[in-house]
Amino acid sequence: MSGGFFDTLWTVLLSTVRDVAPIVAVLAFFQVLVLRRRLPHARRMIVGFSFVLVGLALFLIGLEQALFPIGETMARQLTDPEMLGTLGIEGEVDWRNYWLVYLFAAAIGFATTVAEPALIAVSVKAEEVSGGAIRSWGLRFAVAVGVAVGVSLGCFRIVTGTPLPWYIIAAYLVVIVQTFQSSRTIIPLAYDSGGVTTSTVTVPVVAALGLGLAASIPGRSPLIDGFGLIAFASVFPIITVLGYTMATSYANRWKNRKAQRGSEL
Amino acid sequence: MPPTIITLARQTERPVVRRLARHVGGALHRILLSLRDLAPIILVIAFFQIVVLQQPFPNFWGVMAGLLCVVGGLSLFMQGLEYGLFPLGETLAQGFASKRSLTALLSFAFCLGFGATVAEPALIAIAQEAAEVASRGAAIADTAEARDSYAFNLRMVVALSVGAAVLLGVLRILKGWPIHRLIIGGYLMVTLMTLFAPPEIVGIAYDSGGVTTSTMTVPLVTALGVGLATTIRGRNPLIDGFGIIALASLTPMCFVMAYGIIVA
Repeated sequence: MSGGFFDTLWTVLLSTVRDVAPIVAVLAFFQVLVLRRRLPHARRMIVGFSFVLVGLALFLIGLEQALFPIGETMARQLTDPEMLGTLGIEGEVDWRNYWLVYLFAAAIGFATTVAEPALIAVSVKAEEVSGGAIRSWGLRFAVAVGVAVGVSLGCFRIVTGTPLPWYIIAAYLVVIVQTFQSSRTIIPLAYDSGGVTTSTVTVPVVAALGLGLAASIPGRSPLIDGFGLIAFASVFPIITVLGYTMATSYANRWKNRKAQRGSEL
Repeated sequence: MPPTIITLARQTERPVVRRLARHVGGALHRILLSLRDLAPIILVIAFFQIVVLQQPFPNFWGVMAGLLCVVGGLSLFMQGLEYGLFPLGETLAQGFASKRSLTALLSFAFCLGFGATVAEPALIAIAQEAAEVASRGAAIADTAEARDSYAFNLRMVVALSVGAAVLLGVLRILKGWPIHRLIIGGYLMVTLMTLFAPPEIVGIAYDSGGVTTSTMTVPLVTALGVGLATTIRGRNPLIDGFGIIALASLTPMCFVMAYGIIVA
């Protein structure tokens, strides 16, 4: 068993070297040949590079062993006919029976996003720059709600088997309309918040959930219906963040007007 | 008086011990950070398993061992990035931002996006999974080589697209184009290409947009964007520095669908 583990580690390590080599080559090339500077702290860098290699190899093994199986198992157990309580008519899928799946998807989307370090950093910065008009926790909450709604709706789509582009393009239309209603300073931040939400740990679990769902619901193909959850999770936060900032700016305007009226009286 | 072994040891031992302590402290900190990343997932799953499903979890200890690998692996990976790649990437970004050569800056931008994405763990994971699904669905041959080449091509296409996105994002910062025009143009492109792309690539293409921007790419690319916006006069780090990530999660959708159209 342990011999097997070290064999796997060795093969994964070799392929990891191939994966990481390009970025190291790029950075070293530009540093030494284009900017003509020596590599700073060469020894520290070599230590860091070997950490990256071993760490990535271990992560990929853990991915196969844990993260993918977790997503698949949860999808299978949540869609188990016995669990659902009702055995629907053969070939007919009633989307209302799968409410546990939507609940699980929303919970995992919310929980993984609210604690995401990249998001915390960005939202603290946003509060600073906006002079307190945008609250750090408010932004985090908005993004987390966006991911929760997105993943949950994505599961609904897999259950019903409706085409993915309809949902995503509709979401784009909402984003475009909101963009023209929002202040210019928040737009880049809102657009970026869609991308940063999906962390390295979340992506495999959510992807496996979608694929497992498509595999266990009759009439769905993993290839056509299984993907798309991550796309949902990266569009919906844009909508909720833009919505949140619009709401706060309306609220501020209303408060100001009220204060003005108060001072007049 | 010649230095005795004791004085030598006293001179060398202290920094070594201190350095060792710092390393151990850093490693512990990393492990705590990785655990924090993982904790919400474990909590949600534990809640559903214990309260809602009440079913035995298959291969429980195997999964636990795998989770240990994930925690250890992520900790080492992040610590390594902090030691080696991030400082180098940041000094490079600042160096190129202050250098006046446009070609050097643009080629660096492209290579940075490409190189960082190729090594992105989340992308490696998704590409493998996509290859397996494709071979089970008989879209490609059911051999290890076919799967490997499918996963490899997918990763290359996505990496190329992120390279293009970073290049475009840097151009945007230099020219001061408003980000929403680029993004809305990108949305239109995605919509148009969806009409022509084969349906089995659409899901993978849409997902690859969100996947590209995690552990590896975000810090490097953000450092480049904010560094540029700070050094160029008349640019605001908040308005112009952000936005490259948004571009980098749009272009992969277009490129992967284009790849699907060409291959099919």
